[in-house]
Amino acid sequence: MTPEMLSLSNSPGLFVGIMLLKLLVVFSVTMLIVAYATWCERKVIGHMQTRLGPMRTGWHGLLQPIADGLKLFFKEDIIPTEATRVPFLLAPMMILVPALITVAVIPFGPDLKLGGFLIPQQITDLNVGVLYILAFAGLGIYGIVLAGWSSNSKYSLLGGVRASAQMISYELSAGLTIIAVFMLSETLSLREIVALQQQDLWGVCSFVPNWYVFTQPLAFGLFVITGLAEINRTPFDMPEAESELVSGFCTEYSSMKYALFFMAEYANMIVIAAITATLFLGGWSAPFNIAILTMIPGFVWLLLKIFALMFFFMWLRATFPRVRYDQLMRMGWKVLLPLALANVVITGLVVVILQ
Amino acid sequence: MTTALFYILGIILLAATLMCITRRNPVHAVIYLVAGFFALALMFYLLGAPLVAAWEVIVYAGAIMVLFLFIIMMLGLAPQEVPEGPGWQRWLPLALLSASLMACTLLLILEDPAAGQKVGGFYLAPQALGEALFGRYAMAVEMVSFQLLFATIGAYLLGRPLPKGEDQ
Repeated sequence: MTPEMLSLSNSPGLFVGIMLLKLLVVFSVTMLIVAYATWCERKVIGHMQTRLGPMRTGWHGLLQPIADGLKLFFKEDIIPTEATRVPFLLAPMMILVPALITVAVIPFGPDLKLGGFLIPQQITDLNVGVLYILAFAGLGIYGIVLAGWSSNSKYSLLGGVRASAQMISYELSAGLTIIAVFMLSETLSLREIVALQQQDLWGVCSFVPNWYVFTQPLAFGLFVITGLAEINRTPFDMPEAESELVSGFCTEYSSMKYALFFMAEYANMIVIAAITATLFLGGWSAPFNIAILTMIPGFVWLLLKIFALMFFFMWLRATFPRVRYDQLMRMGWKVLLPLALANVVITGLVVVILQ
Repeated sequence: MTTALFYILGIILLAATLMCITRRNPVHAVIYLVAGFFALALMFYLLGAPLVAAWEVIVYAGAIMVLFLFIIMMLGLAPQEVPEGPGWQRWLPLALLSASLMACTLLLILEDPAAGQKVGGFYLAPQALGEALFGRYAMAVEMVSFQLLFATIGAYLLGRPLPKGEDQ
C-alpha cells in the first residue's frame, strides 16, 4: 500500500495532533533563534570591532538574552498621553505576527512516513506559497507606520513615513526578482521549488544540485539586497536611524513593547534568510549529492543555511555605514528595479530559446 | 454554509467601506478600507480563486493602502487627535469588523478541509489563471498595460524638472 498524504479527511485526530506539534516546534525554534540571534549579533559585531561583546552573564555571555528579557519585562511601560492609544498598543504585535506567520510555508525536510501516512515536514503547503509570503511581508509595514503615527511624535512620524516609502520601493524589486525564479520552476509552491532544486545542475552535472543561485545569480543578489531593505537592517535602517531620528518609529516605546519591536526585527531576519535559502539555496537539501551529506536530516541543512545568511547580515551591519535617504531611493528605483526587470526579460528569452 | 459566509463577508465589506467614507480622520479611513480589502480577499478565496485573494492582499492591502498612508502622513493631512477617555469606544467598530473577519476565516478553514492541499477542480490553479490571462485574454491585458504605460509617461511629464530659466 502506498502511503497517502495525511489530511483532515483521512485521519482528523492524528492530523490535528501533528499539526499542533509542528506549530509548537516551529514556533519555539524560531523564538529560540530570535533570542540567541541578539546574543550572536552582539558577539559577532564585537569581535569584528576587536571587542569581546557580552562576557559577564554566563559563559561568554550566553545568558545575556535572558537577562535582557527580564530587564525589559520589569521596566515601566509608558504610554505617552498624546498617543493614540489603540494603534499604539497594537502596532508592536502587528509587526511581529506577520513575521511569525510567514514561517508556516517554509518546508524543512522530506515527507515522513508514519503509520501508513505521509507527513510533510512543513506546516502547510499552499499552491500560492510564495505569494503568501509576499502578502504577509507587505502587511508588516502597517505595524511600523501605525507605530510611527500613533506615537504622536515628530521623530516617530518621520520614521514611519520613511518606512512606508522604503518598503514599497523595495517590495517591488523583491517581487520582480522572485518572478524570475517562478519562470524556471513553473510553480508557486515552495515544496515543489525545493524538490526541483534537488535535480542535477542544468540536467548534466549530477554532483552539484540545481540550486537557483547558479541559474539566477543576479536574482539572488537582488533578493538579498531588497530583503535587507525590507526588514530595515543596516545599511538600510533608515526608519530607525539612531543618529538622526533618535530611534525612529519606536522612539516612544518602552518595556515589553519595545522588546516586541526587536523580536520582530530578528524574526524578520530569520524569515528573509529562510526564504532566500528556500528559493535560491535548495531549502533543506544537501549541498552535494553524496550519500553522507544527504543522510543528514533536512532541517539541519536549512538551519545551517539560515545561520550562514544571518551571519552575513550581521557582517554587513558591522561593515557598512547607513546609506543616505536619497541614495536609498535612487538605488531602489533607478538601479535595482531596472536590473530586476532586465533579469525577468533575459530569463524569459533564455527559457523560450531553450524550449 | 458557503452562501451564508458569502453574505456575512458582504455585510462586513459594506460596513467597512461605509465606515471608511464617513471617517473624518484619513488615517482611520485607510484602516477601515484595509479591513474591507481583507473581507474582499476572503470572498475571492471563497469563490475558488486563492491567487486573486493573494493579489488582493499584496497589491491593495500591502502596497496601495501603504502608499495612501504615506501620502497622508507626508502631507500632514491627519489631524493630531487629542485622546479623550480610554479611547477604546472609537475603535469598537473596527474591533468588531476584525473579529468577525477572523471568525469567517476560521469557518472557511473548517468548511474546507482541503484548503491547505492542492485540489483541482474547484480551486483555480495559478497556471490555469496565467494561461487564461496571457492566452485568451492577452489582448485585454496588453491594452490595460498600455494604459498604465501612458499614465506613467503622463505622470513623468507633469512631474519632470523644468529646464533652467523656464517659469511655471
